Amino acid sequence: MITARGLVQTFETRQGRTRTSVTAVDGVDLDVAEGEIVGFLGPNGAGKTTTLRILTTLLKPTAGTATVAGYDVATQPVQVRRSIGYCSQVGSTFSGAYAGDEVVDHGMLYGMSRKDATREGQRLFEQLQLDGLWRRMPKNMSGGQKRRLDIVMGLIHRPSLIFLDEPTTGLDPQARANLWGHIQRLRGEQGATVFLTTHYLDEADALADRIVIIDKGRIVASDTADNLKAQVAGDLVTLEVATDDQVATARDKLGSISADLEVQGRSVSGRVGRAGRAVPGLLRELEASGVTLESIEVARPTLDDVFLSLTGRTLRDAEAAAEAAPEPEGVPA
Amino acid sequence: MSTFVRESLIVFNRQLRMNLRNPAWVIIGMLQPVLYLLLFGPLLEPVISQLGGNKYTWFVPGMLVQLGIFGAFFAGFSLIGEWREGVIEAERVTPASRAALLFGRLYRDLLQLFVQAVILVVLGLALGMDFNLAGILLGVVLTLLLGGACAAASNAFALTVKSEDVMAPVINLVMMPVLLLSGILLPMSFGADWLDRLSDFMPIRHVVDAVRGAFFGDYDVSTLGWGVGWTVLLFGAAVWWGVSVFRRENA
Repeated sequence: MITARGLVQTFETRQGRTRTSVTAVDGVDLDVAEGEIVGFLGPNGAGKTTTLRILTTLLKPTAGTATVAGYDVATQPVQVRRSIGYCSQVGSTFSGAYAGDEVVDHGMLYGMSRKDATREGQRLFEQLQLDGLWRRMPKNMSGGQKRRLDIVMGLIHRPSLIFLDEPTTGLDPQARANLWGHIQRLRGEQGATVFLTTHYLDEADALADRIVIIDKGRIVASDTADNLKAQVAGDLVTLEVATDDQVATARDKLGSISADLEVQGRSVSGRVGRAGRAVPGLLRELEASGVTLESIEVARPTLDDVFLSLTGRTLRDAEAAAEAAPEPEGVPA
Repeated sequence: MSTFVRESLIVFNRQLRMNLRNPAWVIIGMLQPVLYLLLFGPLLEPVISQLGGNKYTWFVPGMLVQLGIFGAFFAGFSLIGEWREGVIEAERVTPASRAALLFGRLYRDLLQLFVQAVILVVLGLALGMDFNLAGILLGVVLTLLLGGACAAASNAFALTVKSEDVMAPVINLVMMPVLLLSGILLPMSFGADWLDRLSDFMPIRHVVDAVRGAFFGDYDVSTLGWGVGWTVLLFGAAVWWGVSVFRRENA
């Protein structure tokens, strides 16, 4: 559905008289199969939106090639546009127009008749739980309703591939979970391929069949969430012992099955491969050695751990760095 | 129906609906020509009587061009609002022609201008303006083309700077010399020689002269030639600019 090879995008930015060239996307390769939900994960400023804008024909790449739905983004942009739906971060409807009107007009720009666009729009309104809001203005809708309206806009012409740019940014947890359900149903009911960008780890984890991680304009990993987590050496086991004199024993016992131990006060932690199998034996040994546990915690690796192991920084640190130096806005070089 | 016409009409319909939903602007747009004619026209009487001829045949063409230019200059403001809400980008991912996205918006501005022109002409005739059908039609067509040029330029500029704060002072900066040097309110030949010469460099002055000439039924080849030439040139250049901005990647 999507094949990209060596995509590069550089921007020229100007501050006063000095011009600087910033590389937002630096040699991105992508392969997305039909029917997949792919999460494109990375901190702000990593190049997610720029990549998405190239794939949706809004931006011509400085170098590299991409085909989307079988068409070349550079030489067949109109065919690409016909085949895809796109929900941008900022929305797609005018706040002071009726939602239904916006949807129908949008469908008609794809060549649908008014009747077809109306029928399909109303069906999507129902499917995305927007019934009764056809004659409501987006300015009078909740954040979640507005995002669902954007998805209706992106789906009105029944595309086989839909791009969602940070679909749940700014939504409350309940609205997010609700939207995730809708996105998963899209694939189920329409057989649509979904390519979504996000900087939320839980979102990529919950939604995507496959996660592509981008950092500083480069793809650093691409796999299922489980496989990515398995690359991080094991689950994090944290023991908290009852007294100070038991710390050394606990450290020895955990150390026999884990390499990188960390001790903080009465808490000993380390990564253990297949913790589910190893922990019962560990508990028996600890008990036999007379160690009393206050608590034991086993945490599966998170995508943040994956990000840390791949880039040497946590996603949160990367976000903070990006905040300090926002994504360049300028003209394509 | 060609795809281009169909797509531009979809955009036009949408724009028209949004305008009509805000009737205050529609009413202001309609009232403007009426107020100018009723409240400003009588002020001109003593001045125009020196020139001879009907004062409304002098005054209506100037008003027409003024409405054409100044109303259209502000057309880009609504585009910035649409851009901010993601509408422009949403339209640009559809297969619709980029030129249709601009032209649909121009139709809206031209329709508004046309209605204003009809009100102005009918009211002018009621007040005693000379009736010269061919001339009036020619004048209105020239005004529509000029208004289209200004609206296209305004849209192009709006989508380039994407900021009302930049746009407002620039429009004011452009409007001042246009208003003062194009003989909209009074013919430039009225003033000192040097001012008349200076205004020769203001393209819109020639359009005003041509429209005024047409209203008087005076089809002087040179005046008309310059007026029509500049109108067509400005329209072509502004539309080219507008379409290229809609086509550009980063818009």
